[in-house]
This record gives sequence, C-alpha cells and structure tokens, in this order.
Amino acid sequence: MAEFSTSIKDQGNINIVYLKGFLDAHTAPSLENTFSGLVDKGRYQIVVNFKDLAYISSAGLGVFMAFIEKIRENNGDIKLSSMSDKVFNIFDLLGFPLLYEIFKTEEEAVKKFNEIK
Amino acid sequence: MRTSKTKSKQKQLLIKSRTENLTTVREFVSLAVEEVNIPQDIAGDIVLAVDEACTNIIKHAYKFFPDGDITIQLKYSEKNIKVKITDHGASFSPESVPTPDLKKYFEEKRVGGLGMYLMKSLMDEVHYKSVPGKYNQVLLTKKLNSTN
Repeated sequence: MAEFSTSIKDQGNINIVYLKGFLDAHTAPSLENTFSGLVDKGRYQIVVNFKDLAYISSAGLGVFMAFIEKIRENNGDIKLSSMSDKVFNIFDLLGFPLLYEIFKTEEEAVKKFNEIK
Repeated sequence: MRTSKTKSKQKQLLIKSRTENLTTVREFVSLAVEEVNIPQDIAGDIVLAVDEACTNIIKHAYKFFPDGDITIQLKYSEKNIKVKITDHGASFSPESVPTPDLKKYFEEKRVGGLGMYLMKSLMDEVHYKSVPGKYNQVLLTKKLNSTN
C-alpha cells in the first residue's frame, strides 16, 4: 500500500505542509483532509514543502486544484516549494507553474507571503 | 493478484479495481521496465501513465466497485514498450473527453480529466478499444529507438 503522510508546522499566520511518500488516487484523500482542516480553521496562507514527496499522479495534482479557488477568495494562497525534478516535471507538463508559485526553498515561499503583507 | 511471465519479453499482472493496488501496479511496471535498459525518466513516464490508466478504470469503468478485474500486459522489445490494460467495466468513449485547453481548464477550476492528458503527454501512442458488455482496452506505447 502506498505510504503517504502529511505534517503541518505553524509559522505565524503561515502553515507549512510537509508531504512525504507517494501521492496517488489512494492517498489523495489524506491531503484533501489536511487542506480541509486548514481551511476550516481559516488558515489560508499555505506553503507546501515537497522535499520528501517521491511520487505524484494527477489525483494528487487535482487536490491542489480543488482548494485553490476558495483559498484565494479568502486572500490566501498555496505556494509550493522544494520539489524534486521528477515531481516538478509533472506539474510543469500540466501547466501548473502558470497558476501556482513554485519556489526552490521553503524559506523563499514563506518570504513571498511576508512581502505581500 | 497474480503475476506470470508468459514469454521472455512479456509480463502480466492481474489486480482488483482498488486504489490500494496502485502501488502494486507501479512496482510491477517499474520492475518490468528495469529489464530494458532505458533512462530512469522514461521508466517513470511509463509507470505514471499506467497508474493514470488504472486510476481512470477504477474511477470511471468500475465506479469504485472494488472487485473488478484489471489486467496489465507489458510487452517490450528494443524498439518499444507496449502496455495493454484490460477491464470489464462500463465502456468508455475517449472521443467524449476532449483534450483540455489547460489555460481554460485552470480558469474553470476543473479537477478531473488530467489523467488522460498526462497519459497522452507521457506516451507516444494511446489507443482505446471498447467492446460494450465485454471489455475495454487501453494500449499505451512508448517508443525507445530515439531515446535509447
């Protein structure tokens, strides 16, 4: 069975979500739950750190699509960081860099949120 | 689930239509393509395309019914790798799924349909065959001569 987990770190108003393992149609509901939990608490400034994500399929990409509108309507954003080349290539193939800001490091993504304030 | 090696260059996997089996599918494809000396990124493309095909079958052909059969046959030669994925769920008309205009797609915030686009992007050929009431087949081909 695919191993996948998320963990969350609070950093002021920003939440860092760490992804680990394999994000596919089986594990995507786990990420949906994580985003739902943040949205329910009114936490709309989210950085997702992909450092430990080994694999993503379209089911995983769809989770980002499902939440971005509501989050941006509330003056928030999902910024992405620390992707391996392999994972970035899938995002790139589907044109996600047009819709999401993708940073090399978590710190750069956090800094971008702080610049906007 | 069971695996068999019917020919020296053909392998087959049978799984039930459950998303938890996607890991098994990916491991099966990874191990099989390891026997062909292809770059790792090409191997990754094939693994992802087969995952997407099986995910579509689980969601759309079997509509999450957990006990449908999905057969994955992988044939490889020096020229190409062909993966034939067969199910016995609801028939499917690929013409009904247009290739998405990604910009418009994002503007409309659509969530589904990315899998087929990925399959077509990752593989050289994607063909569908459907015999209603009998079976559906997806045939994925990756050419190797230009990359290997």
